[in-house]
Amino acid sequence: MATNDYVPHAAGYVDNTGPKIVTSRFHHRDSYTLERYEATNGYAALRAVLQMQPTAVHETIKEAVLLGRGGAGFPAGVKWGFMPPVWPRYLVVNGDESEPGTYKDRLLMERDPHQLIEGCIITCFALGLNTCFLYVRGEMAEAQERIAEALNDAYASGYVGKNICGTDVSIDVVLTWGAGAYIVGEETALIESLEGNRGMPRLKPPFFPAAKGLYMKPTIVNNVETLANIPWIILNGPNAYKEFGSEKSPGTRMVAVSGHVNRPGVYEIEQGVVTYRDLFYGDNFCQGMRDGNELKMFIPGGGSSPWFFEEQLDVPIEGSLISAAGSMAGSGAIVVMDETTDAVKACLRVVRFFARESCGKCTPCREGTTWEEKILQRIYNGHGRPSDIDLLLDIGSQISPGEYPVAAWAEKGLTAVPFPPKQTTICPLGPSSVAPITSAIRRFRHEFEAKMTARPADEPELRPAGETWVAVEIADGAGNTSDVEAAEVHS
Amino acid sequence: MSRLDASNVLLAREIIARYPRPKSAMIPLLHLSQQQNGHVTNEAMEHIAELIGVTPAEVLGTCSFYEMFKREPVGRYMVNICTNISCQLLGGEELLHHAEETLGIKPGGTTEDGLFTLEDVECIAACTEAPCLQINYRYENRVSLGRFDEIIAEVRGGKRADVPTHGTLARIRQHIDPDRLAGIEPPEVAGVPPWFASRQDEAKEETA
Ligand SMILES: Cc1cc2nc3c(=O)[nH]c(=O)nc-3n(C[C@H](O)[C@H](O)[C@H](O)COP(=O)(O)O)c2cc1C
Ligand code: SF4
Ligand code: FES
Repeated sequence: MATNDYVPHAAGYVDNTGPKIVTSRFHHRDSYTLERYEATNGYAALRAVLQMQPTAVHETIKEAVLLGRGGAGFPAGVKWGFMPPVWPRYLVVNGDESEPGTYKDRLLMERDPHQLIEGCIITCFALGLNTCFLYVRGEMAEAQERIAEALNDAYASGYVGKNICGTDVSIDVVLTWGAGAYIVGEETALIESLEGNRGMPRLKPPFFPAAKGLYMKPTIVNNVETLANIPWIILNGPNAYKEFGSEKSPGTRMVAVSGHVNRPGVYEIEQGVVTYRDLFYGDNFCQGMRDGNELKMFIPGGGSSPWFFEEQLDVPIEGSLISAAGSMAGSGAIVVMDETTDAVKACLRVVRFFARESCGKCTPCREGTTWEEKILQRIYNGHGRPSDIDLLLDIGSQISPGEYPVAAWAEKGLTAVPFPPKQTTICPLGPSSVAPITSAIRRFRHEFEAKMTARPADEPELRPAGETWVAVEIADGAGNTSDVEAAEVHS
Repeated sequence: MSRLDASNVLLAREIIARYPRPKSAMIPLLHLSQQQNGHVTNEAMEHIAELIGVTPAEVLGTCSFYEMFKREPVGRYMVNICTNISCQLLGGEELLHHAEETLGIKPGGTTEDGLFTLEDVECIAACTEAPCLQINYRYENRVSLGRFDEIIAEVRGGKRADVPTHGTLARIRQHIDPDRLAGIEPPEVAGVPPWFASRQDEAKEETA
């Protein structure tokens, strides 16, 4: 029931025209209640699944080609198949959403918690596991409340817990939550956090969660949106699912479009069908740029993704096409920046995020992100040194060796470097900090240069804050003051 | 009294029982102690260590990793203003500067009356509603400078019953009726769920 409008109780969500798979209940004010869920086909998929063989359920999801919505876009059905025949095994739901620009999992948890819970139970059934942990970001108090309430109701009504719907199937779903750390969204860090530790990633290999996850047991980590698709797929079948989206990326996905557009919002779109141009300028979506300004650049898949420009507007929003064009679909976080945006400032802000959120486990990331931020800050402050641009690129190459993924620039004869980047680090957070740097420098080098202090070549460089640099007269032995040299005076 | 009080110890035991290993309850218990005391005290960390069978140093190790845990007293209301990219584009930094002036504190600081602590935070997943902030982790969307002053006045005037004081996150907790629990066991003893084993056998018989 598309009202073609913004839905105030689901802040940000735009109920426009188009297929709705995961947001189908958002227009109901009480979409989060068990009553509404049951009245709108809720838990029907679960009842159907309980009559099936677990392997058949797994096959259905495989056939649907349900791609992960957490960032990497790996097919869920295939990942599930990586678990060795070892028990106990666990399902961990990744509700840590904190990638800059990302806003979708919170809506799914707040507005339709039962859909997520049903997706969890079906997954547990398919994989033969009886404990699921639903890990919600610490800062999302309302999502925690809604899920707690939904779980209490679902347990009381027999959809979760012992003897589900009167069968012998028994599965627990436990709500757990974090305490503020972006890195915990990385699946192995999430597992560490769930074990009560500092949320620092584990090295893969050997610690692929499917083989050695929670308590070193086989563990599937899936994103909230990924699992929220499952009830619909079961009820309507993989073929109906594949009618939406493209062959490589069936179905829909949620995207959050923020920044300088007329109607920012969270939209459910068909993957591989809608292009960025449709999204930014279409009447059904963002309705054009704010104040009729020109587009300068946009972040296509969260703060970790290399930037796109006018030239990439016609890329359909689909994982493999975006990767080929030099970025990633990531978490569906699209940040639009118009001509008034300062490229150095935007780059600095995103890099600062990674510097603040680096867990500190590996040196190239811990040190590198801090240096990147410092150097960008001094360039932004007008104290940049001519060598700083190369220095930034050099630090980037220590974190991510080789050519970093970047979008094409046809006018200059520059081609795209496809995703993903290489890494010297344990997890992709460090390399992500390089994305805004290479993107911004390639495209807006002149803006960086314009910010460097224009000073004569023989004048000393400015020192970092805290040190003052003064000219002192050097006296020779005979009492004559001669050459004026520079000396450093520490204040 | 900054160890967990009697009713919170009961709650803590209920939480611990939901995890295959007690240490997994660490973060929820740290939140519980912060809910009781407004911040995480050393005594509470020692108490949590006893409850989950680890050393106090391990509790401190975990606690100090996460931004939401405050080991020093903070204001009754945390004002967390997002300055990440989407918010920056639409005035997040101006909002932060306005907040600094209005409250007379810098990020990390607490007002003299102990009411507000200001923080400059990373993306809080409301990017389409920029600029935005959280007060004790409750959202305020599209906050104009004038609206910011109103929010502060509302809190000062006791008109924000919807916002609990610092430390309280979800006001609804998960409670599992023991009769409804499927059963959570340590990983060392948990095995293949019987319902799954029987279905696998059935499937084998069918193919045989
Ligand atoms: C630094 C970093 C942060 C991440 N944050 C999240 C997150 O907040 N939510 C999420 O679902 N996945 C996040 N991921 C991806 C997860 O590691 C994992 O791939 C994902 O949860 C798997 O679920 P999916 O296959 O359903 O997408 C992050 C990855 C990295 C490297
Ligand atoms: S890359 Fe950065 S965030 Fe990832 S493990 Fe290394 S230090 Fe931690
Ligand atoms: S950037 Fe401010 S909420 Fe996401």
